[in-house]
Amino acid sequence: MENNYFIDSEFLSKEALERKHRLENDPSSRTNHMEYMEGMEKIDSDICSKVISQMDSYDYSKYTCRDVMAALEHETCTIEDFKALLSPAAEPFLEKMAEKARLETSKHFGNTVYIFTPLYIANYCENYCVYCGFNCYNHIRRMKLNMEQIEHEMKVIAESGMEEILILTGESRAQSDVKYIGEACKLARKYFRLVGLEVYPVNTDEYKYLHECGADYVTVFQETYDREKYEKLHLMGHKRVWPYRFDAQERALMGGMRGVAFSALLGLSDFRKDALASALHVYYLQRKYPHAEMSLSCPRLRPIINNDKIDPLDVHETQLCQVLCAYRIFLPFVGITVSSRESAKFRNGIVKIAATKVSAGVSTGIGDHESKYEGKESDKVGDEQFEIEDSRSLKSMYNDITDEGLQPVLNDYLYV
Amino acid sequence: MNDDKLIIGGKEFTSRFILGSGKYSIKLIEAAVKDAGAQMVTVAVRRANTTEKENIIDYIPKDVTLIPNTSGARSAEEAVRIARLARELGCGNFVKIEIMKDTKYLLPDNYETIKATEILANEGFVVMPYMYPDLNVARTLKDAGAATIMPLGAPIGSNCGLATKTFIQILIDEIDLPVIVDAGIGKPSQACEAMEMGAAAIMANTALATAGDLTLMASAFKDAINAGRKAYLAGLGRVLTRGASASDPLTGFLRN
Repeated sequence: MENNYFIDSEFLSKEALERKHRLENDPSSRTNHMEYMEGMEKIDSDICSKVISQMDSYDYSKYTCRDVMAALEHETCTIEDFKALLSPAAEPFLEKMAEKARLETSKHFGNTVYIFTPLYIANYCENYCVYCGFNCYNHIRRMKLNMEQIEHEMKVIAESGMEEILILTGESRAQSDVKYIGEACKLARKYFRLVGLEVYPVNTDEYKYLHECGADYVTVFQETYDREKYEKLHLMGHKRVWPYRFDAQERALMGGMRGVAFSALLGLSDFRKDALASALHVYYLQRKYPHAEMSLSCPRLRPIINNDKIDPLDVHETQLCQVLCAYRIFLPFVGITVSSRESAKFRNGIVKIAATKVSAGVSTGIGDHESKYEGKESDKVGDEQFEIEDSRSLKSMYNDITDEGLQPVLNDYLYV
Repeated sequence: MNDDKLIIGGKEFTSRFILGSGKYSIKLIEAAVKDAGAQMVTVAVRRANTTEKENIIDYIPKDVTLIPNTSGARSAEEAVRIARLARELGCGNFVKIEIMKDTKYLLPDNYETIKATEILANEGFVVMPYMYPDLNVARTLKDAGAATIMPLGAPIGSNCGLATKTFIQILIDEIDLPVIVDAGIGKPSQACEAMEMGAAAIMANTALATAGDLTLMASAFKDAINAGRKAYLAGLGRVLTRGASASDPLTGFLRN
């Protein structure tokens, strides 16, 4: 069972197509994905080797219902317990896991659910990641907002009542350099209480600069912790360098950011191993930086523009729920974000069990908030990164959360 | 009993229940004030930093003393900045210092807490430091100008009760300041136990916030705290640690 990711655009030149096909079919035409490119900072850290050795030795087929029952009874969830909870043997215990997860969530977060929204400011990308709508060979409308346009988008969003924003770009240093992102952060500080970033990984001094511009959270998705598979999915560009990406959160913390977020994109590789690695990435980094706030996301593959056949394979809602419950039991103190890639029904259910943060009023396109929020049409917009499933506005999300007996929170943060 | 008042920062309180700030809702504040009789409510400054319509501060009755806390601070410096911001926001002179450099257990950092207490007490704040129950630290906090000492009963939100009972008793016995047990109290019986030991007040939040019936739980806490306080004032009777005492006492011969 594999996704067919390769789509040839009719707009590509003959040379570009040839290059694309060579990258897809001839591994020797690709660079070494474990080798740092020029300008990429190397830090001294043992987190990666710890995570990888656990992941490589994880054989989830050896866990039995006895291990799962023991894990559910233990007061503290060990790494071994967590491995059992992620295994196929735990599937029949999903309801029990959900009960335990809900208890942990309520102990640490009460009834609160945080709401935020992403803002894509540019979709230029220099990478060829075969599953992503922004990849450089995909024929989409590219756009980069200027500061005036960014401010306009922020005003529209802020007027809806939103207080936390996550600024995103495609991964292009040439089009969206650190200075550009920093200026966007300074603007965001005017309109929002909390500014997060989900941009290409940068060096420690650049994270420090972005923190000074007002950003305080950094999200980097590792996509998959399976290095062999990663190499086959990220065929070109700086994103191809797996270890530089892995250390991004640690560099962000060294640069002074308050919090960092992690994720694997489930469906790219063996989801149980990826889930284990994501959680252990958090676990080991938290031990090294106990003051840092950490959160996990759990996105699944989605269809993209020009390829509507991409799907998350064996990661159905049941498996996703199992992973989220296991995360909560193993890491009761971390935030868990559930993406608008999932349905309203799933998100309504999971916030009662494990999730503590949801996005609302989401667009993964560029410069289209006014048309989406206020119904004003505009033809000057950039295409979307992936299709979203849950398109609820802030207002309807707020009301739905309240109706579930939970308390929506727009912000509980101070920049100090 | 009617003269039994808790005095903090020159203010008199008849209630010995303080609402903590971890998990917040308007309903919770109402239940704490009406049913638990709280006269002090803590508010995380970071939760008040909102343009949201439901700003918590607006829902706190005027006769209730607001205690802003510095949650989110990772150092003395950050705590001091948050406290000053709270004063600018019109939250008054009270401040509860919370400094955590650990997001997993949220245990307070005593060293940073001492530094912040000293600075803020000098600036005229009524400083209520949340701390890990250590006698030496408690003495230093007192010397630094703290108005109360707020040792934790157990990790915050854990509902574990008085895991640090022995050490809290030492603070109650040795420190001439109101000792308010903060964090970990999960049940009214645990609140009662702390009051029997001589605690000046109880701060709780999760125990109420996650209760099935909020108002009923709030009034249960009120009763438990009153019962414990009365028992403390009455002076507890003898406690037999191992069964009954011999009916024929070992020293009975002395009576002859």
